[in-house]
Amino acid sequence: MSIVDRRSLLVAGAALGLSPAQAQSQTIRIGVLTDISGPYRDPTGPGSAVCTEQAALEFQGRGLTIEVIRADHQNRPDVGANIARQWYDQGVDAIVDVPTSSVALAVSQIAREKNKVFLNSGAASSDLTGPACSPNTVHFTYDTYMLARSTGGTMARAGGDTWYFVTADYAFGHALQRDVTRFVEQAGGRVLGAARYPFPNTTDFSSFMVQAQASRAKVLGLANAGTDTANCIKQAREFGLTRNMKIAGLLLSMMEVHSLGLDVAQGLVLTEPFYWNLNDRTRAFTARVRSRLPNGWPPAQVQAGCYGATLHYLKTVADMGAAAAKADGAAVVARMKAMPTDDDAFGTGLIRPDGRKIHPTYLWEVKTPAQSRGAWDYFNLLATTPAEEAFRPLAEGGCPLVTRS
Amino acid sequence: MDLFGIPAPLLFGQLLLGLINGAFYALLSLGLAVIFGMLNVINFTHGAQFMMGAFVAWMLLNWLGIGYWGALILAPIIVGITGIILERLMIAKLYKLDHLYGLLLTFGLGLIIEGLFRNEFGSSGLPYRIPAELTGAWDLGFMFMPVYRGWVVVVAFVMCLATWLVIEKTKIGSYLRAATENPALVQAFGINVPRMMTLTYGAGVALAAFAGVLAAPIYSVNPQMGSNLIIIVFAVVVIGGMGSILGSVLTGFGLGVIEGLTKVFYPEASSTVIFVVMAIVLLARPAGLFGRS
Amino acid sequence: MAGPAAAGAFEGIDAEKEALWGFTKPQLLAFGVMLAFIVISPFYLYPVFLMKVLCFALFACAFNLLIGYVGLLSFGHAAYFGMGGYLAGHAAKVWGATPEVSILIGGFVAGLLGWAIGALAIRRQGIYFAMITLAMAQMVYFFCVQAPFTNGEDGIQAIPRGAFLGQYSLASDFTLYWMVAGIFLLGFLFIHRVIHSPFGQVMKAIRENEPRAISLGYRVDDYKLMAFVISAALSGVAGGTKAIVFGIATLTDVFWTMSGEVVLMSLVGGLGTLFGPVAGAAIIITMQNYLAEFGAWVTVIQGVIFVLCVLAFRRGVIGEIGRVLKVRL
Repeated sequence: MSIVDRRSLLVAGAALGLSPAQAQSQTIRIGVLTDISGPYRDPTGPGSAVCTEQAALEFQGRGLTIEVIRADHQNRPDVGANIARQWYDQGVDAIVDVPTSSVALAVSQIAREKNKVFLNSGAASSDLTGPACSPNTVHFTYDTYMLARSTGGTMARAGGDTWYFVTADYAFGHALQRDVTRFVEQAGGRVLGAARYPFPNTTDFSSFMVQAQASRAKVLGLANAGTDTANCIKQAREFGLTRNMKIAGLLLSMMEVHSLGLDVAQGLVLTEPFYWNLNDRTRAFTARVRSRLPNGWPPAQVQAGCYGATLHYLKTVADMGAAAAKADGAAVVARMKAMPTDDDAFGTGLIRPDGRKIHPTYLWEVKTPAQSRGAWDYFNLLATTPAEEAFRPLAEGGCPLVTRS
Repeated sequence: MDLFGIPAPLLFGQLLLGLINGAFYALLSLGLAVIFGMLNVINFTHGAQFMMGAFVAWMLLNWLGIGYWGALILAPIIVGITGIILERLMIAKLYKLDHLYGLLLTFGLGLIIEGLFRNEFGSSGLPYRIPAELTGAWDLGFMFMPVYRGWVVVVAFVMCLATWLVIEKTKIGSYLRAATENPALVQAFGINVPRMMTLTYGAGVALAAFAGVLAAPIYSVNPQMGSNLIIIVFAVVVIGGMGSILGSVLTGFGLGVIEGLTKVFYPEASSTVIFVVMAIVLLARPAGLFGRS
Repeated sequence: MAGPAAAGAFEGIDAEKEALWGFTKPQLLAFGVMLAFIVISPFYLYPVFLMKVLCFALFACAFNLLIGYVGLLSFGHAAYFGMGGYLAGHAAKVWGATPEVSILIGGFVAGLLGWAIGALAIRRQGIYFAMITLAMAQMVYFFCVQAPFTNGEDGIQAIPRGAFLGQYSLASDFTLYWMVAGIFLLGFLFIHRVIHSPFGQVMKAIRENEPRAISLGYRVDDYKLMAFVISAALSGVAGGTKAIVFGIATLTDVFWTMSGEVVLMSLVGGLGTLFGPVAGAAIIITMQNYLAEFGAWVTVIQGVIFVLCVLAFRRGVIGEIGRVLKVRL
């Protein structure tokens, strides 16, 4: 380490509110880099930080000092990359969450460059464990391939054999449409058409709804996210599409359902690997964190993923010793892959060589207002995909780590 | 029958939808034009005030149990009053300065309002239901026309017409037009020009909030709903000719239709097309379609 | 037409003598302070952060050339900043150009873009000009969303830092810092030179009284366009440098909020002052850096600063200091 680097590290320590002596100690520092101000604040954001802290809390007694800090990446890759670089340079050992694929890809590269750990929960892009995979990155909760397979594949097999897509015109939307198209065609279905709308800056989707209706497809595939999806669903219902079409929100989550309200969202089909009311363990986890989550809402899947990923990371660190863990991020991730995972949110699972964490995924149907027995009682379970089948097969991802080994 | 490879009825439906979107552009650009004509301020807060209209409607419903019809009247009044306060406290201080300061100030105010709402309500949006009287849809044969959308066009059109009549045909409107031309002279005639400016700003803001209430049931009620629209509305105002009431209304509806057609033939370009039109108009008529240079 | 800078930054302090290179004595002193800070700070502060400040300082200076000296408020400068970043990133990553060549390419393309947009925009003045530049910048934004070479919302990632002149590797933050500092200083002095050239005098004449400049026989539109192109090209250089520093070029830099940010920086520092944009950029970037954990409050705080500056501190930090000391900075 050159003089300059040490100096900047010491200054950095001061900036983090630490004395130089502390900066040398074996505290494990975790940075939650998430969307605190933007459109993904609710399903990630402060809730992700709370769930990460929960994992740290459960580990606090076991001989590790853990510190969790958080920052807002504003969904801007440059801001995210800037913070990640600074954090890693200044003694943060692992960065958690990072929704928005573009930011996640940038952070993954920096984690590799600095040999630190990156535990992604919030981003959708399956490239993170595909062409852009890294020995320092774990992709924990979900990805586009898994969503396409579960929602798209299951609906196509269940008779939804003709599709019309409304696609956000950018890389994520295209990837999602492409993946779903493959599963639809595998199941013998056809895609009748697609409208790509400018992203962002589209608020009115009525034109696309009418075009979708005119296509006489059985399924309307929404290859978009967040408020766009919510807007599409609202307007699809308004234009009566739901009378003869099924809506597949490919990246729909509990938070959008909450924002739409059950009377609009009822009957929608979506995929999530975590739902707070799934089983006794998820309910126990929810009970532990809920009081500290924003608005007292139950945890969302990405937030639960932050908990699961951090817990597994800390187990690994405890196993190999804090000093060794701080020194070599790739070694920590390698060890994480060697150990089976087990947490209350996702049950048992494992992390594959390409960095993909696998667990069972669930296809849910949104309840009608009459079926719902209280706040946040939203889903009926339709189908379960076992962990081994839920994600993209290891060989198909094009991850260099896999072909090499 | 097909036109340009698209079945004629479908094309017809799209024209209709374009007109509906145009209604929002017209209402928003109308408010901007009124404010600009009188105050010479480009109201960058307009998008945030549109968003406030939708949120106030939501608050009225969820906190006070006042439904859509009440909100349609109350929300513009409430947001209009906040506009009047802003005008008195801040914007009025800038009239003697370069007009660009008004733009910068309202830009800052927009940031503050949007940020505050995001802190308070999150970002994923809140549900707001279409009023029971306006649910359902007409089956036009070639398409499904929701009753609520029809209502939006009609009410927006009436609102625009009413505003135009007030400005062109009433006494107060004539004061307003006169004050736009020469405030000092109008003041000399004993008319309280500063108060007129305050009320004009309030009215312009109220129009934005009214559009916000109209939008609440069909678009997601979220803090960034206004900033997505505002740039397009700016382009509408530039194309129509700044400060021209009739120009902004006609351009609003017209551009809605053009955008609607683009959504059929080349949807990827549907948000760019307005700016292309703007560039062309500016080349041919720098003052805008209805503006005076 | 009087630009906003005319609101007070220059009252009665135009008569000072130049000491060296067109700087007045106080300006020379300020320049010395700035130079000392640039040289010393990387030993104590995080270099990547400092490089970010320098990139934005250059961007703000380029922007200020238009508003402060020609009286034109562009609300679409993100287009040139972002486009410079994309082109520099593309050149460095795909064409394998060296960093300084990549940055120049970025600046050149941004200048061309500025020429095209400027030719349209200078047909109007004041608010109209602002709105036209804003709308044109939105077109550029949509182009960047669509164009394949920008990689949509992922942006151009993993841009190599490469080696300066093909010789000196920039892998270390410290080495890269000196290149960025060099680019900033060159840009800064270039702008200073432009302002003090006969060309710059005509620009100021246009700001103060455009009809009179016309009646004196100046082809006002040509001058405005030239200033616009210079400003755009330098913004492109700033954006290109930023892309090389962070190894990433994204849509953020083309989006209209970035145009707002550069206005804020110049406003906070002081419109129409030489050092204002630099100070403004440093203040805003520092603020964003240290307030990152407050999330949405950052937007609110930025808005409050905007409002405060417009209502109470129209001269900006440097302008106010200059007023108190009765010097022009």
